[in-house]
Amino acid sequence: MDEVLLSVRGLVAGYGQTQVLRGLDLDVAPGEIVAVLGSNGVGKTTLNKALSGVVRVGAGEIRFGGERIDALAPPAIVAAGLIHVPEGRRIFPDMSVQENLELGSFRRGKPNRAANLERVYATFPRLRERRGQSAGTLSGGEQQMLAIGRGMMGEPRLLILDEPSLGLSPLLVEEMFALIGRLNADGLAILLVEQNVMQSLAVATRAHVLENGRIVLSGTGAELAQNPDLEKAYLGM
Amino acid sequence: MFSPDIVIAAVLNGLLTGAVYALVSVALTLVYGVLHIINFAHGAILTAAMFAAFFAHQAGIDPLLSVLFIAPAFFALGYAVQRWIIGPASHGDDRNILLVTLGLSIVIENVLLAAFRSDTRSIDVPYGFSVVDLGFVFLPMPRVIAFGVTCVVAALLWALLTRTDTGKAIRAVAKEKLGASLVGIDVTHIYAVTFGIGAACLAVAACVLLPSYYVNPRVGTAYVLVAFTVVVLGGMGSVPGAMIGGLLIGVVESLSGLYFGESLGQLGIFLIFILVLLVRPTGLFGARA
Repeated sequence: MDEVLLSVRGLVAGYGQTQVLRGLDLDVAPGEIVAVLGSNGVGKTTLNKALSGVVRVGAGEIRFGGERIDALAPPAIVAAGLIHVPEGRRIFPDMSVQENLELGSFRRGKPNRAANLERVYATFPRLRERRGQSAGTLSGGEQQMLAIGRGMMGEPRLLILDEPSLGLSPLLVEEMFALIGRLNADGLAILLVEQNVMQSLAVATRAHVLENGRIVLSGTGAELAQNPDLEKAYLGM
Repeated sequence: MFSPDIVIAAVLNGLLTGAVYALVSVALTLVYGVLHIINFAHGAILTAAMFAAFFAHQAGIDPLLSVLFIAPAFFALGYAVQRWIIGPASHGDDRNILLVTLGLSIVIENVLLAAFRSDTRSIDVPYGFSVVDLGFVFLPMPRVIAFGVTCVVAALLWALLTRTDTGKAIRAVAKEKLGASLVGIDVTHIYAVTFGIGAACLAVAACVLLPSYYVNPRVGTAYVLVAFTVVVLGGMGSVPGAMIGGLLIGVVESLSGLYFGESLGQLGIFLIFILVLLVRPTGLFGARA
């Protein structure tokens, strides 16, 4: 299985005494979009934070490109090319759009900063228009573009997108999923963590449903979309 | 009423004093803005730096020269104190940090007391009593130098924060810690760098202050009380606010000394302070709540 980019085995993580993830297995191969679905509070964001080193891993192992990363701090994980675009965007509000993007290459991709900036601006022409504006004054959709653009600046080998469609209007949600498809078509592996089930399944190569810190259903996007258990699992019945 | 010349002289003298207030306040507000802590050890670090400058002078090095190695040494010291004492001892809890910095200030002051007793010391420099003659007003040379050095430090700080990746990382951590971690910024390192920059600013302030001031183990306290006022007045965490606020407080103190009498000079500071907070509770440059 050296074709696997990200491999998670028996992952246990949480906050203090509270266990959120209770033994989770997951693989992402190069070029795939893997969707992780589930309702609020099942551990989706904790999974992302454990992968990016923000939340300490209690047990289990995470391998990225063959190397163990579960004991590494966030800067080392970013340096390896696993880049997490967090829920709620977490942009730097009083810095300009361009400064936000430049900081995306703080740890990785610095030699190609100018070229990558051009690429992000080509993907998001709106960001180019607003390059000098404070990021905090952007609309929600623009802030989400900025967060993804900032992630792309670090030349990700795997991009984790945490709820990229959250808080966007239906039209923008369509655009967001189209964008995710385009990024992936260029060869980028994506771990997509979403509440938006049907649209996620439509773009995903494979998908997993998370419930109570464990994966309860897995399959290709098309299989899961047809699976009558999906609704049950998703509603926690 | 006083003649315009006297008033202008008071304003200029106030600006010169205010520059040192600004420098001490910038250090305090930067640490607050990034680490979100009130550094109670601020005054003690200033005092320690003044002792360093004093003993460098005893060894024959003018403070304007010794600043070139005292400032880097205090940067390193500040970095180490935050990274290996304050950070680990506080376990990320703001109340703990408060107490750790308070404890640190008590330790520093008492070590200085034990080592050097409570004697007040001052130094003689060749330019100590020189003046700059502007035609209608004489300005004391040591304070003019202090003003010039403060302007240089402010410009350097501005360039650092807006032009370098480290400076941008400092601003990023100040507003969005998680976002900063996720682009690979080492938050612990940036905290320590910021604390180090604060200590280095204090070291510069100490070196320009010493020729026209004195040093004893409690000397920092007076400056820090003013610095707290400036930081709140300028807006907590705002670097431009601390610069402008420092100069403003210097002028206010000087003018109220002129009008109310020298011993009541500080009265004006707190009057302005209360007035500004009544109108703008978040300070002159603070974000609106």
